[in-house]
Amino acid sequence: MIEIQDVHRSFDGHQVLNGINLTINTGETTVIIGRSGCGKSVLLKHIIGLLKPDSGRILINGKDETKMDEKELSALRMKFGMLFQGAALFDSLTVFENVAFSMIEHTTMDRTTMKKRVKECLSLVGLKDIEDKKPAELSGGMRKRVGLARAIARWPQIMLYDEPTTGVDPIMGDAINDLIIDLHNKLKVTSIAVTHDMTSAYKIADRIAMLYNGKIIAVGTPDEIKATKDPVVKQFITGAGKGPITDGADFN
Amino acid sequence: MKKIVSKLSGLAGMLGHRFLNMIKYAGGVSILMGQTLFWLPIPPLRLRQIVEQMSKIGVDSLPIVSMISLFTGMVLALQSAYQLQRFAAEMYVAALVAFSMTRELAPVLTALIVAGRVGASITAELGTMKVTEQIDALETLATNPVKYLVVPRFMALVITVPILTLYADFIGIIGGYLVGVYKLGVSHAMYMKNTWDPLKYKDIWTGLVKSLVFAIIICVVACYEGMKTEGGAEGVGRATTASVVVSFILIIASDCFLTALFYFIGR
Repeated sequence: MIEIQDVHRSFDGHQVLNGINLTINTGETTVIIGRSGCGKSVLLKHIIGLLKPDSGRILINGKDETKMDEKELSALRMKFGMLFQGAALFDSLTVFENVAFSMIEHTTMDRTTMKKRVKECLSLVGLKDIEDKKPAELSGGMRKRVGLARAIARWPQIMLYDEPTTGVDPIMGDAINDLIIDLHNKLKVTSIAVTHDMTSAYKIADRIAMLYNGKIIAVGTPDEIKATKDPVVKQFITGAGKGPITDGADFN
Repeated sequence: MKKIVSKLSGLAGMLGHRFLNMIKYAGGVSILMGQTLFWLPIPPLRLRQIVEQMSKIGVDSLPIVSMISLFTGMVLALQSAYQLQRFAAEMYVAALVAFSMTRELAPVLTALIVAGRVGASITAELGTMKVTEQIDALETLATNPVKYLVVPRFMALVITVPILTLYADFIGIIGGYLVGVYKLGVSHAMYMKNTWDPLKYKDIWTGLVKSLVFAIIICVVACYEGMKTEGGAEGVGRATTASVVVSFILIIASDCFLTALFYFIGR
């Protein structure tokens, strides 16, 4: 279980997270929605410990991540897999070296087993025979899938997805949604995705949480969110041009 | 009066802001240096990466270091001959070239070349990795970015820059020799004698110590600028320029400090 308790974080005097409280149950897929630049990715980076909060606690299975030292954080991160918005593949390495990265770095696995595992991960994301290619030779959709293969290579217990469908065409976006559902069912992982793509959110989420003005203002199942009476959530999920979000003082 | 006060306070504010930024920068660079030294002895050694970086830094820099050292040696010989011929003392050109190259010009010029060529490329590479979240990705894969990215570059630079400096010493002396023997008419034997006899070990090792310090400066500044890059392609460009400018300033400033230090040690 992941418990985010009263997390605050500001950058250069700008309060991005302003008292976040959210509990993510084990084995559940939670989608965090919100406008671009509202702090969704910042929240995700706090969950994996890439950023430290100014105040508040993040408990992963009861242990406070904000108080962990480098060694404990490293051990914790071995349980995570993260798909970055732009895939964040290492340009200088081949697809094989990217997917096998954590095996090369942290295990004594022999080359043959490694090759087998890389093949297995690539086939899980619907790719094959691209091990020797460099990331620059791949299309955006393929890069995202390789990023996903890299994230699942060491059997993570928690998967984080940063805007999984952004930057790919709608058909590829839907294929990625299917992949996320498929991986969730096969690997039984706890998943957290941040997105502003509502089609994707409805499709993959067990629960949806909305981040607005640095706070979680609504949490519920996709059906509960669809039926919401909250005008802010309603404007966001319907994509209306006028409403309390665009009327608010923070709209720029 | 009010206008003057407000302008003065604005100026004071700006100076204060710059000073704070400078302290922050020095702090950031020192922390990165400390982290690099901390991770340095921790295995794995990443020999393959170190050798790759040494090839990029050393082998690929050889042509430009050769050209600049040769021309510098020749120019030094010509300029000193211009003064020395008034006293019919052209044969001392050899000693002058040897001293100037080993003590000063080879370490400084090599460091400036490496800072411009390699420092800039390290910053651009790490900066691009930063803005495309590859450095975050490294951390999520439980790999420390300083250990993985900075330490191999640090090792490669501190090994390669002194070797390049020794090479530049040699090529610079050849440049001086070409002018001395073929233009000024000093005999081969006399030129060689006047090069090696006055040259002491201290002249060479002080140059090598300087080059080691410069290598550390180039690595830490380039990696720090790269790893704190923000703002996409524009940010990478800005960081790369800053990396070269800061390295140049620090190389020249530390050269002045080290020259003074060696001067007083040798007295």
